[in-house]
Amino acid sequence: MNTDRRFIVERWTRLSAAASVTAAVVLVFLAVAPFLFDANVVDSLTTLFIYLILAVMWNALAGYAGLVSVGQQAFFGLGAYFAIQLSYHGMSVYPALLLGAVIAGALSLPISVLMLRLRAGEFAIGMWVVAELAHLLVALDPIINGETGVSLIALNAYTADDRRAYNYWMTLAAMVVLLAAVFVLLRGRLGASVQAIRDDEDAAQSVGVRVLAAKRTIFFLAAFGCALAGSLWLATSISFQPRTYFGIQWTAYMIFMVLVGGLGTFEGPIIGGVIFFLIEYFFGQTGVWYLVGLGAVAIVFALFLPRGLWGSIEDRFGIRLLPVGYTLRLLRSDFYHGSHTAPPNDRLHDLTEPNDNVERT
Amino acid sequence: MSLLAVEQLDAWHGLLQAVRGVTFEVAAGETLALIGANGAGKTTLLRAIAGAHKPATGRILFEDVDVTAVPAYARLRMGIALVPEGRRLFAGMTVKENLMVAGRHGRPGPWNVETVIEAFPMLAPRLNSRAANLSGGEQQATAIGRALMANPRLLLLDEVSLGLAPIAVEAVYRSLAALIASGTTIVLVEQDIGRALGVATRVACMLEGRIILQGRANDMTREQVTQAYFGLRRANGATS
Amino acid sequence: MTWVTQLLNGVLLGGYYALLACGLSFMFGVMRIINLAHGDLAILSACLVFLIADTTGISPFIALVAVLPVMGLVGWGLQRWMLERSLRAGVLVPLLTTFGLAIVIENGLFEYFGADTRSLAPYIGDFAYDSWEITSNVYVGSLAALIFALAVLLLGGLKLFLTYTPLGRAIRATAEDADTAALVGINARAVYAIAAAIAVATAGLAGIFLAMRAVFTPFSGPEQLIFAFEAVVIGGIGSLSGTLIGGIVLGVAQTLGAQINPQGFLITGHVVFLAVLAARLALGALRARGGIRGVFSRPS
Repeated sequence: MNTDRRFIVERWTRLSAAASVTAAVVLVFLAVAPFLFDANVVDSLTTLFIYLILAVMWNALAGYAGLVSVGQQAFFGLGAYFAIQLSYHGMSVYPALLLGAVIAGALSLPISVLMLRLRAGEFAIGMWVVAELAHLLVALDPIINGETGVSLIALNAYTADDRRAYNYWMTLAAMVVLLAAVFVLLRGRLGASVQAIRDDEDAAQSVGVRVLAAKRTIFFLAAFGCALAGSLWLATSISFQPRTYFGIQWTAYMIFMVLVGGLGTFEGPIIGGVIFFLIEYFFGQTGVWYLVGLGAVAIVFALFLPRGLWGSIEDRFGIRLLPVGYTLRLLRSDFYHGSHTAPPNDRLHDLTEPNDNVERT
Repeated sequence: MSLLAVEQLDAWHGLLQAVRGVTFEVAAGETLALIGANGAGKTTLLRAIAGAHKPATGRILFEDVDVTAVPAYARLRMGIALVPEGRRLFAGMTVKENLMVAGRHGRPGPWNVETVIEAFPMLAPRLNSRAANLSGGEQQATAIGRALMANPRLLLLDEVSLGLAPIAVEAVYRSLAALIASGTTIVLVEQDIGRALGVATRVACMLEGRIILQGRANDMTREQVTQAYFGLRRANGATS
Repeated sequence: MTWVTQLLNGVLLGGYYALLACGLSFMFGVMRIINLAHGDLAILSACLVFLIADTTGISPFIALVAVLPVMGLVGWGLQRWMLERSLRAGVLVPLLTTFGLAIVIENGLFEYFGADTRSLAPYIGDFAYDSWEITSNVYVGSLAALIFALAVLLLGGLKLFLTYTPLGRAIRATAEDADTAALVGINARAVYAIAAAIAVATAGLAGIFLAMRAVFTPFSGPEQLIFAFEAVVIGGIGSLSGTLIGGIVLGVAQTLGAQINPQGFLITGHVVFLAVLAARLALGALRARGGIRGVFSRPS
């Protein structure tokens, strides 16, 4: 009887453990940033965190659930809109920002009943129609003053410095919580369901994966995250114009960040967000060519480097920093018996291909 | 000179190797029956010959021309036609349209819509029916007719008896016999060993991607072929 | 304005939408690609015609003859260098690349033309404003009627082309099963390129007519895309005649909605679109459960 085991299944590798510790240290450092750095840095970081939230949320939707949405700006705008409504009706500002996002997120559930039954392309534009409709309806609200917009005047109760610090911490907390939510979901049952759905939806359904429920969970999370990003953006910019908040450029940014960073990976959108932030910081003022450049880069990545920067690194070196998947550690070198010819590796990877990490010892 | 020569062909389906080092030749006018169980690699081999599947290594020579890199539509114009597994008719188009669309790019020759109907009279009343509404036998006849419209020099047939009632299979093989008699070179994948041996001049058996038995149909006994089919024992004269 | 006039206007507007949606529907039918840059390509065409009309004084109707083949070439190039590659990489990539392309076109046009609203109406003289009097209270714009007639001709012509010509049959076969089409001698890549050329050229035609009957800016593309998409979905994806019906339904909904409220134009259109979508999905689900009787009779 052959009892010697040929492999061990692990969740943490040495590299991922080290990366996690580093991430924790960085987080502590970020938490005290308002005391260490001047106003500009804190503002920039707040903006960066909002971009990261958007990138992570869009990646969760497209990279994990396979739902390419060209209309997440609907929730971005609705989060800010409901925050304004709540504040104008007397609620304290910062709780209003949070609750506004919750309401917008809750709206995603009835929306999902219709939208999630659509196929890929229809879903993409369908969400865009939803965003346009939201834009139009919000602009009709007398409080909003049409396209002129309004300001969240309740924020003036705080000094600029206090506001900056509170916004920073709230944004940092939001980002950490959302990242943690995505991380936890991916490590758990939902993560496995989602990978199965990505590979073959019908097959997943036939083995009992509750496809619609899994998609709806991610759809809700992404909606809430984008809505929170919207209300946080409102906190930093104070003013709300429908055209800005419901504009398609937010989707353009999200697509750029995720494509460049790495669709379907955990670290990818973070890297893509940082890159986008830097590009906007240095080139954002060059006007129209900036946007043309963004679009062109997105096209190039989609065509030639669909796995994004991080995805390609992951593929090449087989590493993964954060322990989201499973690793197979081989204990014996004769694991592959029989034919030793390696398969040709000329397949163009489907964007939604799962990662399996195989490590030999 | 052989019409078709396959040399050391390897073909993969993703991570699974379907064809391993297959080598064989088919002379003009021959009928080669390719026999084997499901998953033996027969369909992949036929598709590779037709250009629908890209092999990993190896060569395919047609009339002494290396066609390994030639795309499928160009191979049809050179004279290789495949009747795919499962018929794969254009379901939304009528029988006549299925035939016409295939006749456009073929070589000049005796086959056109009229002669195809003569060969398969059962299609005459169904010319303007949508392919999706045909019976199995009618679909198979249309699929074969569609391949014939290109006036091929090499006709590849993949499991033409699959899913058909015996009477329909009978009709298909009658027309096959006529085709063979007219000199068309045929490579025929077939699960029904008896039928295959009945029409073939040569037989090759595949198992797990390799050809393990090859030879003239007359020289082989049914027992030999059956054993090769099931991989029970390597038969004498095996090539692999 | 009487309701009958409004209804007629809505129907004629639907003709424009059908013209606009034709290319989107065609590209989806043949290649299963939803081209998110469709609207922007229409605007590109309008900008080109504007350029010609503005600098040389040539009538847009004549400039059109030169610009349409150019748009066809653009479509061909698009397919050959971008969409073909996108298709192979999976179903998400074409959405991403066409979206990127939309951004590039919009902002490129903005860089060159600026944000001013423009129109081709001044270049076609009175025709932009002519109307025919049907009865004492009912008027029909002649440009709108022309567009409607063109839409019907184009859709009908495409249908005939697909049904009776060898190339049309090849396109239908490739749309159904590209793999098997190759086995019967059809060069699928060439077919896709031709289909893309047709799709983009018709989008270009629609864009030119948009510029004639209304105004446009470099950023008008996305709105046109949404209208086209709504028309296609309302009429049923994959059906050319459905595209005409869908366009008419959308046009009528929008025109009647505008009577209620200025914003009603857009809002009604979107609402009707979502309603049709919901109804169609509900009907599909109902049918899958065995119809109304099935829903009520099955044991819980």
